[in-house]
Amino acid sequence: MKKFFQSGWTSRLSYGLLLPLLATLLALGVGAVMLLLLDVNPVTAYKAMWEGAFGTPNALAETLVKSTPLMLVGIGICISFRGNVINIGGEGQMIVGAILATWLGLTFTDWPGWLMIAMALLLGFLGGALWGGIPGYLKAYFGVNEILSTVMMNAIAVQLMNYLLRGPMIDPSQAQLASKIPQTARLPEAFRLPRWVPTRLHLGFLLALVLAVVVYFLLWRTTLGYRIRAVGQNAFAARYAGINVKRQVVLALLLSGAFAGLAGAVQVYGVNYRMITDGSASGFTGSAGFNGIVAALFGQLHPLGTIPASIFFGALLVGANKMQRVVQVPSALITALNGLVVVFVVSSDYWRRKKERQRLAQLVEQSEILPDDDIGSHTAEGTA
Amino acid sequence: MDWIVILQAGVASGTVLLFATLGEIFAERSGVLNLGVEGMMLMGAMSAFSVAVKTGNPWLGVLVAMLAAGLLSQVHAFITVTLQADQVVSGLALTFLGTGLSLVLGEGLSKAGTVALLPAFSIPLLSRIPLLGPIFFTDQNVMVYLGYLLTPLAWYYINHTRPGMHLRAVGEHPAAADTLGISVYRLRYFYVFVGGTLAGLAGATISLAISPGWFSELTTAGQGWIAVGLVIFAQWDPVRGAIGSYVFGALRRLILDIQGPQTLLWFANPFYYNPYWGFFLQMLPYAFTVIVLVLGSREAVRKRLGAPAALGLPYIRGERGL
Repeated sequence: MKKFFQSGWTSRLSYGLLLPLLATLLALGVGAVMLLLLDVNPVTAYKAMWEGAFGTPNALAETLVKSTPLMLVGIGICISFRGNVINIGGEGQMIVGAILATWLGLTFTDWPGWLMIAMALLLGFLGGALWGGIPGYLKAYFGVNEILSTVMMNAIAVQLMNYLLRGPMIDPSQAQLASKIPQTARLPEAFRLPRWVPTRLHLGFLLALVLAVVVYFLLWRTTLGYRIRAVGQNAFAARYAGINVKRQVVLALLLSGAFAGLAGAVQVYGVNYRMITDGSASGFTGSAGFNGIVAALFGQLHPLGTIPASIFFGALLVGANKMQRVVQVPSALITALNGLVVVFVVSSDYWRRKKERQRLAQLVEQSEILPDDDIGSHTAEGTA
Repeated sequence: MDWIVILQAGVASGTVLLFATLGEIFAERSGVLNLGVEGMMLMGAMSAFSVAVKTGNPWLGVLVAMLAAGLLSQVHAFITVTLQADQVVSGLALTFLGTGLSLVLGEGLSKAGTVALLPAFSIPLLSRIPLLGPIFFTDQNVMVYLGYLLTPLAWYYINHTRPGMHLRAVGEHPAAADTLGISVYRLRYFYVFVGGTLAGLAGATISLAISPGWFSELTTAGQGWIAVGLVIFAQWDPVRGAIGSYVFGALRRLILDIQGPQTLLWFANPFYYNPYWGFFLQMLPYAFTVIVLVLGSREAVRKRLGAPAALGLPYIRGERGL
């Protein structure tokens, strides 16, 4: 995936735009077949989806609200995947970030709103960094596979949330009742992120846009970003160049987790104003921790590409709710569609590599460099 | 709290992990990392239960589950073997795809009521062995016994047969295998399929034997991921995989059972009197997986053991790679 942005401007455009679009069309096509099998007219279904996502200003605002956590998680994913560190722990990192931010808001209720929002988002950022940093440390210094450890950290975070929201952090008024709904108290109104009334669109969306640009600069205009990408491209070469590989691995996962943690805090302060659990991770996160990965991959692991990709998947998710109401298909169909999109995006990589090989062969012919090592390392790296 | 009962149930619940782990060992030994185990297991659990509800025949359910998950695994095989794409990303996609598909197709299945389940029985002579008999051979499900058979078979197949040697060759040095006329692509497709069918079997074992029913994602509750972790702990060896699976199964059972009694080893049971502490117990299998990975990775470094050398790498004929 990471070689997408190395071959010229025009092919960059075609691979950056054309292939994802093609992948989407294919995924929607397969989705249409699935809808037909469920005895649903795909045209009606997709039309409902479109209207649900973009039909009214309010729908559009909902789409942007839904895309915000995807974007925040997604730009974090860009950092880690560019460093060849696979962070599947977005769900857990979101939860831990949200827990810390919620705790702060419920504890210091007399702070001024702007201070609380700034501090809570920062604490969310740090919480996610902690939850991502642990697997990062384990990978760098103990060789623990980060894919598995981040998945396990998700499950641990969910149980932590379930415990806190039923135990110490439960809404005092719920604790009195027999129902004991596992949720925290509501945040004071002063702490809520400003909204674009009458819609639910909140400042977090703007924050995500700004941070996407920041992460772009971080990755391509700073030493830290250069080091992370160098380690991602070839860890051995990076080490010979004097880069502390282990530290970059920890940093890549830590930063990636931090953005997910921020996403969790933004969900609390911008959308829900409290934490509530249904026992699963997706009950709080809406699976943004996973869908953010899909969005980042769809955006070619580029923070700026992640912006439209997140809005696209936000639209899919919002539209899916409408589709569910109109044609009565389970909204889980969108999970399957997400999977299909990734399937097609990752498959399209084949044609990119094929073209890359042709280009290399041409270069070799022109300049008579020895081809062997170059091509060999390309095939090995492309998959690592 | 009866320890025998806990261990007995632990073996049963470990059987699910065992099938999934064995399947992933086959796939990874051929050089293909398939992170989609969770999705394939869900697919298996859903199709097994669904078919058993519709036909009343659990065996047919098991068969369909294996085929459905095997079919799903071929999506991964096509992407990673033929299109030579990133195995990690493709495996993730398979998780999404399998989860989404099984949730869509399993809609309403959770209210399906009772179905005919796979039979449980005792083995006549073996069940009388003291200690081991009651744990391993009494009132266990037929799937548990299948697990006892499958583990040594898998071990023997991988280590002591010709096709097993081909399997290892394809995973360790595909180019060398290719020069000897072994079809790398075909074998990789085949063992990814084997991995898929075993993940499907694991799913069917949940929904038709161990904890019957369809509870959407909670049916598997991350066991597919634990299985992928166990493969690393097992150093890609079926016997170690079996031990790890049973230990984890027992742990899962213990967590459920430890919250029941009022006293624990002559003390007041803290988990009985603080019911919310149970959430910390439920973290244990996942925390344990991380610990097991730390230990497993260290041991691998010390003993210079490792993953199959070509694990995660596509084989491109005629190109210098591995």
